[in-house]
Amino acid sequence: MERLWINYYEAAAVILFGIGFMNLLLQNNLMKKFIGLNIMDTAVYLFLAAKGYIAGREAPILTNGILDAQYYVNPVPAGLVLTGIVVSVSVTAFSLALVQRLYRHYGTWNLDEMIRLAREQEDDGWQM
Amino acid sequence: MTNQNKTIWQKWKAWVNGEEALLHPDAYIAKRAERKKRSKKKTFNMRRMKENPQVYHFLCVSVCAAFIGILLAVVAELPSFGAAENPTNNEVMERYLEKGMEETGAINFVTGMILDYRAFDTFGEANVLFLAVIGVWMLLQRDRKNFSAEQERECEEDAAIETAESKTILQIGAKYLTPMILLYGVYVICNGHLSPGGGFSGGAIIGGGLILYAAAYGQEKVGAFLTKRRFLTMIAGSLLTYFACKSYSFFTGANHVGYAIPKGTPGEILSAGWILPLNICVGLVVACTMYGFYALFTKGEL
Repeated sequence: MERLWINYYEAAAVILFGIGFMNLLLQNNLMKKFIGLNIMDTAVYLFLAAKGYIAGREAPILTNGILDAQYYVNPVPAGLVLTGIVVSVSVTAFSLALVQRLYRHYGTWNLDEMIRLAREQEDDGWQM
Repeated sequence: MTNQNKTIWQKWKAWVNGEEALLHPDAYIAKRAERKKRSKKKTFNMRRMKENPQVYHFLCVSVCAAFIGILLAVVAELPSFGAAENPTNNEVMERYLEKGMEETGAINFVTGMILDYRAFDTFGEANVLFLAVIGVWMLLQRDRKNFSAEQERECEEDAAIETAESKTILQIGAKYLTPMILLYGVYVICNGHLSPGGGFSGGAIIGGGLILYAAAYGQEKVGAFLTKRRFLTMIAGSLLTYFACKSYSFFTGANHVGYAIPKGTPGEILSAGWILPLNICVGLVVACTMYGFYALFTKGEL
């Protein structure tokens, strides 16, 4: 428990990840499902950013001409977070486009309703 | 030949060739059908599970709570937050920070890392964005295949309502803000190797400026200079330029660090080798992608 207070950034990231995962399971609305997915992405960025932080050091941009690794925080997680953000933006945009197509076809955002309609159409012999 | 006299290999061969099924079809079908019926009873049915929402919700919450609990137990064992001697702060970081300026010429070590040491990773990211915008375009484009006549009519009605609306505050605000936002985006892109920022953030700022302008004055105004053809040429051209700038490492034995690209004086705008052109390429791709997403999701065309 004491360790959780020291690692409070990571603990918050993990709880946020769980909230996003619960959203993904509980929500039937596809839009809200993808919001849950984005919360999970954000939790991962928070975790990575917390891994790169070193107390009392500067951002990794040359200041006062000091070229010493003891003076700056870790720059590697920043690059990893950047990759994560780009991929999450792309995945979100593509999946929302798919959701929009599904809405146009079924007229609902509800996943269960969509599956039920799809089953009915399958029983009627697939008429598009 | 009966089943008992065969070796294991012969039995297997008979099974593969379906001899058993051919010789005794009725027995075989009865056996198969019985097995299928039995397995149907046992399978875990998702549909039936959702019929009882309370049980489903309880299970979801308990699964997530257990998941969070396990992860929190792991977090409690992680090295302390913000300590300098953590295993993540190893020799990789030291190398990037101490040799970074000498080898890449960039003052911003993160930019030096992502656009020089790991330039191909960033190239992959730009390609992911390109693929996403092409995929969204394919799914949402407004044409005969994707839109029925009724939907087309609805869209036209929406457009008529939108143009009839008076948006004075938005239009005057956009008129004065857009040039500044675009200028700021260009500044962030061009100073990517000197200050916080770079192609991704600057491109997102420029995309935001274009979206503001399109929201105030209509997408036709932006479409007048950002036509489909120019959009595609810009994205594809940026990606090809990026690749051309970076492909020299194929000829230098996969070693593109500290090669004979003039680095200039660190701290000046025209320095750091290929980082400035690469930043501009990435910025163009990101700006086009951001605006492309907006245009495709609202109107379905560029």
